[in-house]
Amino acid sequence: MINLETPRKQAGLIDQAHQLAMNMLRPISRKYDRAEHEYPKELDMLAALIDGVSETGATGGAGAGGVRRDERAAESTTVRNGANMASALSIAEMCWGDTALLLSMPRQGLGNSAIASVANEEQLERYAGTWAAMAITEPGTGSDSANITTTAVLDGDEYVINGEKIYVTSGDRADSVVVWATLDRSKGRAAIKSFLVRKDNPGLKVERLEHKLGIRASDTAAITFTDCRVPAEDLLGSPEIDTRSGFGGAMATFDNTRPLVAGMAVGCARASLDLTRDLLEQAGVAIDYDRPAQSQSAAAAKFLQLEADWEGAKLLMMQAAWMADNRQPNSLEASMAKAKAGRVGSDVTLSCVQLCGTLGYSEAELLEKWARDSKILDIFEGTQQIQQLIVARRVLGLSSAELR
Amino acid sequence: MTRTTGASLAKGVTQSYSLAMSFMNSLRPGGRHGLSSREERDPIGIAVAAVSKLAQSDLIDRVGLRRQAEQVVYSTTRNGFRVATAAGRRFARAGSRSQGARPASATSSGVFDLTPTEDEQMLVDVVRELAAEVLRPAAAGADEACSAPAEVLAAAQEVGLPVLGVPEELGGIMEERSAMAGTLVAEALATGDMGLAVATLAPGAVATAIGLWGTEAQQQTYLPAFTGDGGEAGVPVAALSIAEPTVLFDPFALSTTAQRDGDGYVLDGVKSAVVRGAEAELFVVAAMLDGTPALFLVESGTPGLEVEADPSMGVRAAGLSRLHLSGVRLGADALLGDTDAIAYAECVRLSRLAWCALAVGTGQAVLDYVKDYVNEREAFGEPISHRQSVAFMVADIAIELQAMRLVTWKAASRAARGQDFAREVALARQLCTERGMRIGLDGVQLLGGHGFVKEHPVERWYRDLRAVGVMEGVVMV
Repeated sequence: MINLETPRKQAGLIDQAHQLAMNMLRPISRKYDRAEHEYPKELDMLAALIDGVSETGATGGAGAGGVRRDERAAESTTVRNGANMASALSIAEMCWGDTALLLSMPRQGLGNSAIASVANEEQLERYAGTWAAMAITEPGTGSDSANITTTAVLDGDEYVINGEKIYVTSGDRADSVVVWATLDRSKGRAAIKSFLVRKDNPGLKVERLEHKLGIRASDTAAITFTDCRVPAEDLLGSPEIDTRSGFGGAMATFDNTRPLVAGMAVGCARASLDLTRDLLEQAGVAIDYDRPAQSQSAAAAKFLQLEADWEGAKLLMMQAAWMADNRQPNSLEASMAKAKAGRVGSDVTLSCVQLCGTLGYSEAELLEKWARDSKILDIFEGTQQIQQLIVARRVLGLSSAELR
Repeated sequence: MTRTTGASLAKGVTQSYSLAMSFMNSLRPGGRHGLSSREERDPIGIAVAAVSKLAQSDLIDRVGLRRQAEQVVYSTTRNGFRVATAAGRRFARAGSRSQGARPASATSSGVFDLTPTEDEQMLVDVVRELAAEVLRPAAAGADEACSAPAEVLAAAQEVGLPVLGVPEELGGIMEERSAMAGTLVAEALATGDMGLAVATLAPGAVATAIGLWGTEAQQQTYLPAFTGDGGEAGVPVAALSIAEPTVLFDPFALSTTAQRDGDGYVLDGVKSAVVRGAEAELFVVAAMLDGTPALFLVESGTPGLEVEADPSMGVRAAGLSRLHLSGVRLGADALLGDTDAIAYAECVRLSRLAWCALAVGTGQAVLDYVKDYVNEREAFGEPISHRQSVAFMVADIAIELQAMRLVTWKAASRAARGQDFAREVALARQLCTERGMRIGLDGVQLLGGHGFVKEHPVERWYRDLRAVGVMEGVVMV
């Protein structure tokens, strides 16, 4: 039966996340936006709190780690609302609090998502409790991640990794990094594998931290790997170069994480909408859902447009997560959600600054910060244009050679 | 004889004088021919206008310079041609004025789910076939003729569309009335053609309204004609009429008024977007009663009613008309629903929901069509779909269409469960208006010049999708 409400059984979790966001993230939001690169020590306590909540099972597997598809689950015809939905919705709540702080959450790195998605049972156990960052992008390789130049060469029972990675979120604070490297550049994307590298590995060096437009509370690192030796068992997934399944394994992570990034944009944008609506109402502008937008003030009409686009983005995100929970292939829907949420995130946060004038532009409010934070959400985990490319190929039935 | 001649002469002079006056009046630019009142005509402009007026003269028609076919469709494709409403059938009065039956709301297990129920899916499958096999082939002709072919209307009636929103206990086909089922059906139907979808769904809007808000008497008087086969006459042609031809139309601030008259009412005003007005036998008309909008049941043939064809940019197959009401006297039992605009607001919302569903279906038709076209059409030695500027346009159509669908479904499922859906339907309408129109626009653009000619249906979808933001009433889920 069609129902697009927040799942009843996850309502409690969402409320908890909202309270955490309101009472722990918002109070320190501006502080760490100003103090870029300073470690938000408050997050340690928050992480402990979240661990505590997780152990009670109340979270239903929330957090960026919980996107693994449980293939062993009995085939069932019952519709499920599981970990993907819970993660997407709770991440949206946390980003309503502060996107940068959500990204800085200990042990909730994107590397953790990769581990949860592709690691084998033994690795899952061995890496439990680690805080893993994700290193894909290189100075010369952004969206064309199949083109990476970092190499991993097998030497005895160790891989030797050489290369340079940039834009590693939590690259400084995390205690390990999931790094993408190629086993054989001549074999293309099929030869790309991911490796877990401990931060104390002498071959790994954090070169610098970036100064950024937004999400300044989150550390973004450039990391070099110089004859960095890792045990062979730290290669995630299968070491075989399977040209048929090819890039799929690595990219499968994205099918699970893109709805989460969509959730970040949805959460960040809602922060702007909530505050702007309140400020407009205080100024005497009420939003009427029954009267035609054009018979209301221009501000109310604009707000309705923003809210409508936002609702569309949120439901696309929920659809993608729901499909993942119900083991339906969701590449198309995940990219749709990411594309829509990414552009809506920018439109909403920037337009809310416009609606609120210099009040919105000033650091006295957080609206200007959300308008800076949201931009990255249309870039990382696949830019707007990459999502459009994926959607177009799927819809038109074209290969990557036909539609480049 | 002399006197007669004198009189007829005088009459002739008066006539030519008034003709001349009306001609001069017609030269005042404001509000006619798309001119703003700020425009001014200079002497050359007046001369040109005179020639133009002559060119439009009926004389040319009388000497047979115009195609015959044009005359045949005159009444449905030309505005400014008023006729009385159809004689109509007699609806035998029955039942008491106590509250009529009220359908129960659906219940939810609280699980987020995008799977239609088995019943809904079966219905959608049937309607999709109807859309593809019956509506689509008839669409271009119906658009041109400004009317829906009898076969299409009969097929829709056979499927049960007019009584889809009427619960079983009142003679409908569904166990419980569901706004969700109605939404899915409207969406599926519009993949065939929006204009024909509107024509076939319009009587159902009136039946649904009576089922939802009617008194026992109203339900027993009118619903049997819809739920039976209507006897020889078939299901009555009926129209839910809210819109008015004014700028910045607001359905909560109508120009049409209902004055209390004894224990009855007198209605005055002009309604627009009245489906198949000339044939309609029953109207539900929105009018302000004591400053609050309310709904009234008006049977055709009531003195004071006149219809005028009002062919518009799109949705032409629905035979859009204007309904003029001057001093239309109605009995006490004509009021449908309450007088505090609770039923009325729900009616406006359910109607907007139906338009959203129609936009989604039409958008899907555009996507399916352009997808094949850009893959087949070659330029510079390869299919144009191999170019990002083309492919990304298709991607955006797919993304926005799915967003429209989900927001519409959310509003529909809330309505079906009896939850407040004012916010959700407002957002759906906003999205379906803006993004839907964009889909129509891009659909034509992707076909280039081929999109602009009637050889392909995209120009019709372009015109139809513009309707979603301006329409109120007409259809309802």
